[in-house]
Amino acid sequence: MSVFGDTWNYLLDPASWSGQDGMLTLLGQQMVLTVTALLLALSIGLPVALTLGHLGRGGFVAINISNVGRAVPTFALLAVLVTADWPGTATFGPYGRAGLATLVALTLFALPPIITNAYAAVREVPADVVQAAVGMGMTGPQTFRRVELPLALPLVVSGIRLALVQVWATATIAALVAGPGLGRVITDGFAANYYGKGIAGAVVVAGVALVLEGASALLQRAADPVPRTRPTRGSGQSSDRAPKISSVAGPAGH
Amino acid sequence: MRVTLLATVMPPAADEPSCYSAVVNEWWCFQYVDDRRGEIIDATVQHLQITVAALVLAVVIALPLAMTARRFPRLESGILGLSTAVYTIPSLALFPFFLPFTGLTATTVVLGLALYALTVLVRAMLDGLRAVPDDVRESAVGLGYGPTGALLRIELPLALPVFMAGLRIAAVSTVALTTVGALLSYGGLGNLIQHGVARNFRAELLTASVLCVLLALLLDVLIVLTQRILTPWTHGSRL
Repeated sequence: MSVFGDTWNYLLDPASWSGQDGMLTLLGQQMVLTVTALLLALSIGLPVALTLGHLGRGGFVAINISNVGRAVPTFALLAVLVTADWPGTATFGPYGRAGLATLVALTLFALPPIITNAYAAVREVPADVVQAAVGMGMTGPQTFRRVELPLALPLVVSGIRLALVQVWATATIAALVAGPGLGRVITDGFAANYYGKGIAGAVVVAGVALVLEGASALLQRAADPVPRTRPTRGSGQSSDRAPKISSVAGPAGH
Repeated sequence: MRVTLLATVMPPAADEPSCYSAVVNEWWCFQYVDDRRGEIIDATVQHLQITVAALVLAVVIALPLAMTARRFPRLESGILGLSTAVYTIPSLALFPFFLPFTGLTATTVVLGLALYALTVLVRAMLDGLRAVPDDVRESAVGLGYGPTGALLRIELPLALPVFMAGLRIAAVSTVALTTVGALLSYGGLGNLIQHGVARNFRAELLTASVLCVLLALLLDVLIVLTQRILTPWTHGSRL
C-alpha cells in the first residue's frame, strides 16, 4: 500500500527530522513539556496525597478525583484553555505556541492518578505494622518516613507511571488545538491529506510512549523494597488486594 | 426609506448582538443552543453511536480473551502485557494506524476506542473471575456442574460486580476519548469542539464540552442501574 511507502519515506527523509518544524525539535518540545508538567504535578499532588493518607482524611476526594479526571475530555479542557483570554494561545518560553495552556492542562490531568494512587498507597499499609511502629515509640513523622513511605513507594511509583503515560498522551492531543509537540506532525499530515506523514508522526509518538512506559516499569521495579519473584502490575501489597487498587486507580482516559 | 424599513422588521434585540455573535462571544449562551439545536443533537447522536459501538465491540472481544487467559495461564501475562502496551499509545497516534485499512470512516475511531476499552475490560474480567471464592467453585463441582455450566451459572454471575466496575471506567473514558475522533471528522461532540477552537466560538465549544461530561455521567448511572438489576444479591446483603 502506498500509504505505508509514504510513511517509510517520511521517516527516512532527513529533512522531516531537522529544522524549525522538524520532528526532532517537536520531540524535544514535547519531552520538555512532559517533564515539566510531571514535576509540577508531583510537587503539588504528592505532598497533599501523602499527608491526607497519613492522616487518613479526605479519602472521598482523593479517590473520586480520578473519576472526575476520566470524565472530562482532555481535548475539551485544552480547547477551553486555548480559547479563553488567559492562558490563550500565547507562546510561552521553550514550550511553543499555546505553551502555557498546554502546560496547565497537562499538569491538571497528571494530578488524579498521582493523588489517588499515593493516597491509596499510604492507606493500604497494614494497620498492625503502623501500630507496631507507634508501639516502638516512633513519632508521627517518623512513622511516616520510616514505615509508611517505604511500604507505599511501589504503588506511589505506579501512580507516577500512569501520570507519565497520561501526560504524554495529553501533550500529543495539544496539537488538535494548534498547540506544541509531535502531535502536530499527525494533525498537519491529516489536514494536508498527506496520510503518510500523519502515520509517521503516530509511529514516533507511539514509539516514545512505549519507551517511556518501559523505562518507568524498570524504575518501579527498582523502587520495590521487597523484590517479588513475579511482580504484579500496580500492586505493592499482597496480591489479593491488587485488583481492588487497580480498579480504584486504574488507567485514566486519554 | 430602506433604513426605516429595516428598523421595523428587526426585533428590538437587534440593538444588542446575540450572545454568541463574534463581537460578544459569551461562554454560555442559550440562544446558541436554541438556534443550532439540530446540529447539536446530530453531534450528540454520533457521539453516542461511536461510544456504544466501541464498548460493545470491546466486550465481545474481551470475553474470549479473558477466557483464554484463564484457561491457559501461560498466555495471561502476554495478553495483559500486549493490551497494556496498546494502552500506552496516545489516542491521537492510535487512530492513524487503522487509516490504511479502514480509511476516513467512523470504523477507524470505533476500532481505536475499542482497543482502549479492551485493556480495562480484560483486566476487570480476570479480576472478577479471580475474586470468586474457591469453596464456591468446589461446591459447584460437588453439585455436579461441568466446567461450562459452572462458568456460565456460577462464576460469571459472581464475577459481574467487578466486571461492571471495569465497564464503568471503560464507558466514562470512552465517552471522553471519542472527542479525539475529531482528527478524522468522526468525533461526535469533538467535531463541535474542534470547530469551536478553529473559529474562536466559545459558546459552541463549551456547550459541546459540558454535553460530553453529562453524557459520561448519564452512561455511568445507566450502568450502575443495570448492575443493580442484574446482581440483586449485592445490595440485598448490604441493607
